[in-house]
Amino acid sequence: MTETVVILVEDERQIRRFVRSALESEGCQVIEAVTGERGLIEAGTRKPDLVILDLGLPDREGVEVLRDLRSWSQVPVIILSARSNEEDKIAALDAGADDYLTKPFGVGELLARVRAQLRRHSLSGETGQSEIGFGRIRVDRVKRLVTTQEGESIHLTSIEYRLLAYLLAHPGKVLTHRELLREVWGPTHVESAHYLRVYMGNLRKKLERDPARPDFLLTESGLGYRFKP
Amino acid sequence: MTEIQRPDPDALLGHIQAEENRARRGKLKVFFGACAGVGKTYAMLSAAHQQRAQGVDVVVGIVETHGRADTMLLLKDLETLPLKEIEYRHHLLREFDLEGALARNPTLILMDELAHTNAQGCLHSKRWQDVEELLEAGIHVFTTVNVQHLESLNDVVGGITGVRVWETVPDHVFDEADEVMLVDLPPEELLQRLKEGKIYLPHQAERAIRNFFRKGNLIALRELSLRRTADRVDGEMRAYRRTKAVQSIWQTRESLLVCVGPGQGSERVIRSAARLAAQMEVAWHAIYVETPRLQRLPKRTREQILQTLKLAKDLGAETATLPAEDAAVVTVAYAREHNLTKVVLGRDLERHFWRRSFAERIGRLATDLDIVQVARNQRDPGEPDAKIQALFLTQEYSRWPSYAKSVALCVLVTVLATPLRHWLELTNIVMIFLLVVMGVALRLGRGPAVLAAFLSVAFFDFFFVPPRFSFAVSDVQYLLTFMVMLSVALVIAQLMANLRYQVRVAMNRERRARALYEAARDLSATLMPGQIAEICARFADNVLGAKTGLLLMDNENHLQEPVPVEGALTTVDTGIAQWSFDHGEPAGLGTDTLAASPVFYLPLKAPMRTRGVLAIEPRQSHWLQAPEQRRLLDTFASLAAIAIERIHYVDVAQEALVKMESERLRNSVLSVLSHDLRTPLTALVGLSDTLGLESLSGPQQEAVRAIHDEAVRMGALVNNLLDMARLQSGEVKLKREWQLVEEVIGSALKASTGALAGREVRVELPEDLPFVEFDAVLIERVLCNLLENAGKYTEPQAHIVIRARCTDRTLDISVCDDGQGFPIGTEDTLFDKFTRGRAESAVSGVGLGLAICRAIIAAHQGRIWAEHEVPRGARFTFSLPLGTPPDLSVPPEVEG
Repeated sequence: MTETVVILVEDERQIRRFVRSALESEGCQVIEAVTGERGLIEAGTRKPDLVILDLGLPDREGVEVLRDLRSWSQVPVIILSARSNEEDKIAALDAGADDYLTKPFGVGELLARVRAQLRRHSLSGETGQSEIGFGRIRVDRVKRLVTTQEGESIHLTSIEYRLLAYLLAHPGKVLTHRELLREVWGPTHVESAHYLRVYMGNLRKKLERDPARPDFLLTESGLGYRFKP
Repeated sequence: MTEIQRPDPDALLGHIQAEENRARRGKLKVFFGACAGVGKTYAMLSAAHQQRAQGVDVVVGIVETHGRADTMLLLKDLETLPLKEIEYRHHLLREFDLEGALARNPTLILMDELAHTNAQGCLHSKRWQDVEELLEAGIHVFTTVNVQHLESLNDVVGGITGVRVWETVPDHVFDEADEVMLVDLPPEELLQRLKEGKIYLPHQAERAIRNFFRKGNLIALRELSLRRTADRVDGEMRAYRRTKAVQSIWQTRESLLVCVGPGQGSERVIRSAARLAAQMEVAWHAIYVETPRLQRLPKRTREQILQTLKLAKDLGAETATLPAEDAAVVTVAYAREHNLTKVVLGRDLERHFWRRSFAERIGRLATDLDIVQVARNQRDPGEPDAKIQALFLTQEYSRWPSYAKSVALCVLVTVLATPLRHWLELTNIVMIFLLVVMGVALRLGRGPAVLAAFLSVAFFDFFFVPPRFSFAVSDVQYLLTFMVMLSVALVIAQLMANLRYQVRVAMNRERRARALYEAARDLSATLMPGQIAEICARFADNVLGAKTGLLLMDNENHLQEPVPVEGALTTVDTGIAQWSFDHGEPAGLGTDTLAASPVFYLPLKAPMRTRGVLAIEPRQSHWLQAPEQRRLLDTFASLAAIAIERIHYVDVAQEALVKMESERLRNSVLSVLSHDLRTPLTALVGLSDTLGLESLSGPQQEAVRAIHDEAVRMGALVNNLLDMARLQSGEVKLKREWQLVEEVIGSALKASTGALAGREVRVELPEDLPFVEFDAVLIERVLCNLLENAGKYTEPQAHIVIRARCTDRTLDISVCDDGQGFPIGTEDTLFDKFTRGRAESAVSGVGLGLAICRAIIAAHQGRIWAEHEVPRGARFTFSLPLGTPPDLSVPPEVEG
């Protein structure tokens, strides 16, 4: 098995240093880039398995770099951002970023996100896995059946099922309100986030153990939702 | 077909707007009668009693009982407003107290005798204006009117009864009343009542029956009042049909144009036109064309013309004064411009066979205009106008020094020409005399020139024509010379005088235009209100011969004292000025409102709104009557208003610029701080983490752990400080969306897992919590801070409960714990910046958490507070206002 290649686009030396040592301890090969331009070149030549991209780069806006990257690659991207830039974060997620980390972040947090993205990527490569399970729930995506572990069937409406299916298809990825609305309701409803909240609430009531403290269908406040397998 | 049935949308819109205005206004009910004594006041009081029985707050503003017993009886149990006492020429007059009535603010007020004229010193000169103001304030009014007091019928009634009343009510007040109730009494019964002394005291009644209360009069008056009421009902019917589109009558809108002339009886022409316009239901215009000839009219006549125009305005016309050479041409042009198809003229009293009448000239100029000629007034017997005119003539020509100069010049030229007669032909001597006449006309005016003409002929005959020193003439042909000489001299005198007059008029006009031009130039360069006030003062002093004061408004729409500049008016009545400002109408001298004031108040109306008031005190009070002066003043006022508005917007723009700059600076400082502080912290946290993974000895491990924790704490502190700075500057834009509270609680609990360190949290939410509009990120922040506090200040085995509750208007969310709580008496100071629950405690933090919570909740128009839990612990609750959530009943479920 080949080594996992991670490209790290970040202009601060000290941050690069600890991220690199953390990733190397996980057995990844880390390629550093100081500018967005350099990062794109590396991404094009090294066939990376993951890109970690800082949003505040000296030469270009991180979101622009991401858009360029997404035009030819589906590689998972984790963005690094400061908390004050909520707008940038949403823009980056809408532009195709998979996850984000808010500075300052710990090594444990970083590694958890990285592992999740790498796993998702390897999972989506496999085909034919029709059944997914989380908690006590089993979903048969071919038969479109949702049951409990004990075989009790749970009725979902058509929209609820589509929403669940889309979340399950992107495990670990932060899905913005816009993206979910566009994919489930269609492009005319991208501004009606409250519909989404109602359906998300219904899904949690039906599938979560404690809907007020979900374990799988997580809320990313101000951004969207994430399915945590 | 449907096209025709549809009402005109503009008319409907106008109708709806009028209805809206009406809804806010009080309702006016008029008790209308043919003459005094029919029982209007009685009927009004009876109606008031009925209203009071229904629980309406009724107050008597003013009621004249004329000593009638039954009326007085009705008045007894109604609340009566005290009258205001006004001293006027050492008499104590009692008048209706408008301010008192507005302050009392009843639902319904009774105001007898709508046509009454108030004593000087009252706010308005007429009672109907008081009533308008009451209606404006939303108070309903009952009032009484006699038919002879209606403006448009005033002269008709005068003609029938021979008694003219001077107190009148404009027809629009009557027509716009919400309800008119006719109080009718047959003449026989009225006379019976009169004889029984129920209307006047016996000796007055006797005289009244002889003069006014003749049966013929009473029948005519009754018919008039019935007909006027019927007209109104007819009008209501038509209005109803228009709004309901029962049948649409499409007619081209014809409008009337009335020409006001200097002749007698224009007033009657105006009234006729008003009636005509009312019958035809059309708008009408009244104009006065001022030719140079008319500008020379004596002041009194001009004032009368202006009064007539004012009457037209009161009767509902658009009025204008147009300066021109040829009245007919301008009249036709005005009619064309305003799409007026009928011209109403007073019939000329005398006809000149050599001159076309005004009507004929208009007829020739515009063959398509209808010309309506109406009769003028018969000469009022009491008007000694011939004598007065004669008086003015003598005044005009009483400049005797000019005449003396004229005589002296004639004598001088005779003396000088005498030695020349040997060398010059007599015909050339005549030329010299003509030259003198021309000079006199040019320099001294028409009168002296006419005198010079006659004197020249006389002197020429006496001193030059043989036989000399006698008026006898040897040669008959000299008679022709005299005649030609005289007529040439007279024509020259006339032409010269006209020319001189026109030069003067042109110069005046030029002077005014220049003054305006200079004022406009100066105003465009002003930057301070003081400069505008100076320009106003200078302009008024130089051009208008008056003193002015400029009153500007403050931020609360109150006028301030006049801007203090040199030579400005300082003694102004700010009360009148404020009235003028609020109503957007001129007040004071020469207007209907507080005419007794020596100062005229003109509101300065700029395009956006009224900006202030210009107070003008002319040196001579009649000065304001002149239309040129008013036009000049109005133009200047609008220039000044625009200048004030421009200065205002310069200020606004400057403020905005400063604000923008400081905001930009703050934002850049914050973002630099945020980046420069966070980056090293991120490195610190990350590197200490990395180090912690290495195999270190126990104490080293501990040190690395401590570095890591301190760096994380510092990160939180930086976040708090930056957030607080943002919230404090008020620049945080809320991203409000319709949210479900349970979702935010869920994400806050997940984010606070570390801070809670395994403490048990219970969530108690009722079913069916409504959507609430808030910024999810910020509210999550509030919850996190509260949970973090609960984690910090309680023992590890403590219990934490999150509860939500819906009230009528708010959603309350509380975070409770059963820890040691906070010191008693610090409930409010807890939320202050840099306040710690227990100063001596070893718990880390700088005390910004709750301050941030309060700032966030305040930005949501909510409230946050702390309480003690029983038996122990703390409870923090915040409430968010419930809005009207979006419709979620049928979410767009697309099957597929």
